[in-house]
Amino acid sequence: MRVSRAETTLNYVLLLGFAAFALAPVLTILATSVSAPLGQNGGLHLENFAKAWTVGGFGTSLGNSAVVAVIVVSLATVLSILAGYAFGTMRFRGSTVLFYLFLLGMMIPAEATIIPLFFDLRALGLTDTYIAIAMPQVAQSIAFGTFWLRSQFRALPVSLLEAAALDGAGPLQALTRILVPASRPAIVTMLVLVFMWTWNEFLIALVMAPGGRLRTAPLGLATFQGQYTSETALLAAGAVIVALPTVILFLFLQRHFIRGMLEGVAK
Amino acid sequence: MTPGSTGQRLRHQRPSAVARGRGTPYLFLLPAFLVYGAFALYPLGRAAQFSLYEWKGFGSSTFVGLGNYLDLAGDADFRRAIGNALMLIVFYSIIPLVVGLILAAILRRGQVRGMGFFRTVIFLPQVIALVVVAVAWRQIYSPHGLLNDVLRGVGLDALTRGWLGDPGTALAAVGFIGTWVEMGLVMLLMLSGMSRIPAEQFEAARLDGAGAVREFFAITLPAVRGEITVALVLTIIAALKTFDLVYMTTSGGPGNSTTVPSFEVYFRAFELREVGSASAVAIVLTVLIFAINVGVSRIGERES
Repeated sequence: MRVSRAETTLNYVLLLGFAAFALAPVLTILATSVSAPLGQNGGLHLENFAKAWTVGGFGTSLGNSAVVAVIVVSLATVLSILAGYAFGTMRFRGSTVLFYLFLLGMMIPAEATIIPLFFDLRALGLTDTYIAIAMPQVAQSIAFGTFWLRSQFRALPVSLLEAAALDGAGPLQALTRILVPASRPAIVTMLVLVFMWTWNEFLIALVMAPGGRLRTAPLGLATFQGQYTSETALLAAGAVIVALPTVILFLFLQRHFIRGMLEGVAK
Repeated sequence: MTPGSTGQRLRHQRPSAVARGRGTPYLFLLPAFLVYGAFALYPLGRAAQFSLYEWKGFGSSTFVGLGNYLDLAGDADFRRAIGNALMLIVFYSIIPLVVGLILAAILRRGQVRGMGFFRTVIFLPQVIALVVVAVAWRQIYSPHGLLNDVLRGVGLDALTRGWLGDPGTALAAVGFIGTWVEMGLVMLLMLSGMSRIPAEQFEAARLDGAGAVREFFAITLPAVRGEITVALVLTIIAALKTFDLVYMTTSGGPGNSTTVPSFEVYFRAFELREVGSASAVAIVLTVLIFAINVGVSRIGERES
């Protein structure tokens, strides 16, 4: 298709303007994070990160986030693979109804479940535990993961399973030896999305860990903001620390992020 | 044999080539279902139950029937929250949709170098924790932040203010953050829809003498109806669930000028200790989200 020079120029102007708009807040926070803290001279202050790390206790909160992420990502992935396998390759009574019940989970907002989860788990003495922070997120991710992997397994040729049956494989062997390896890209997409959601989750982590001992990274940043409102340089450095893991992952695996968001979440 | 195909009697069929027992599928579903049931379905039911009681979070509770819901009808904060949510939909959904459509349509027409770079940059806001986004925008909106610097730079000193602290601008300031977050996602959705339109359609339209605008309304827009539906559902729900941003930037204030249903749920349950009322707001929010999902999808299907 031929495009006039004027139109090409307009395209670039629009794209650059839009990109600048998307980047402005990111660059603002990066610039602030290396700027002079209160009472110091200008110049590049990379030591802000070290100071924010210590003062904000980000070592602990990032560690907590990592534990929660490992629990949620691994549990949600295994359970979704099992459930997606049943829905995607097997015929059984009630499969449609049960599948819709899982789909419902993609619509249930955390706001609706968080109140009973807090009071019921508190009654069981389970608030301020990794279980309380992780399991509600596992449940949310299972709804998405089951849906996502069901369509993945459905799209695989049936001959794969038939060949496995001829080799004498049972249902679990066929899944782990044939279907899972053949679905690696879809599984990676799910891992990446669930990790991002878990890392960035705020409400559940806020309510379920009122004691503050199991504060996750976003909560650590929120607390830091509450305590050091005037220390904008340190606050910005803390914000960069919290954002970094998902941003780095995105830069390396953006195909998975974009594919998952456009094809999975969107349906 | 096609999985899920109908017309064959289930009872004489094995679930799949490798699954022999009729109970096998249920065994594979069980672990996921237990977790999902215990940590999503059951609490949802409990929230509905809580919403019928008056309870302080400890001690005894009083059954009040639909009283909490009736109280919401006359509750100024709740009504303000719903009104604010509608306003946020403009910022989260309508503006990104219009901008996303135009940008995607322009991009589809012209080959642009560096598409990968632009895609990465434009999508970036979606992956950054909203808590971080809030910290960044608070600095931009602050009295000596980037926005006021720019305004002073172009001689509009009269407009400068603390954007999040001014009751007249706080809601729009929060909403605009939503625009920033959602715009890239909507644009990419539109682009992926438009990339499926066969090039011959555009050539035929051009032979008929259609200009860029007519081409947009005759070909491009109808072709991306599905994506528009999806974009609306996703962004409207994001608008209704604005919690992180409000909690971090304004805590619903000044006054109740930026409160939203999500924030009301949290504030009522864990600050005011009105657990029943909070649960009623949560149930209303859930019903709204279900209705939007079903409603917008229905409209999308009927029109295509």
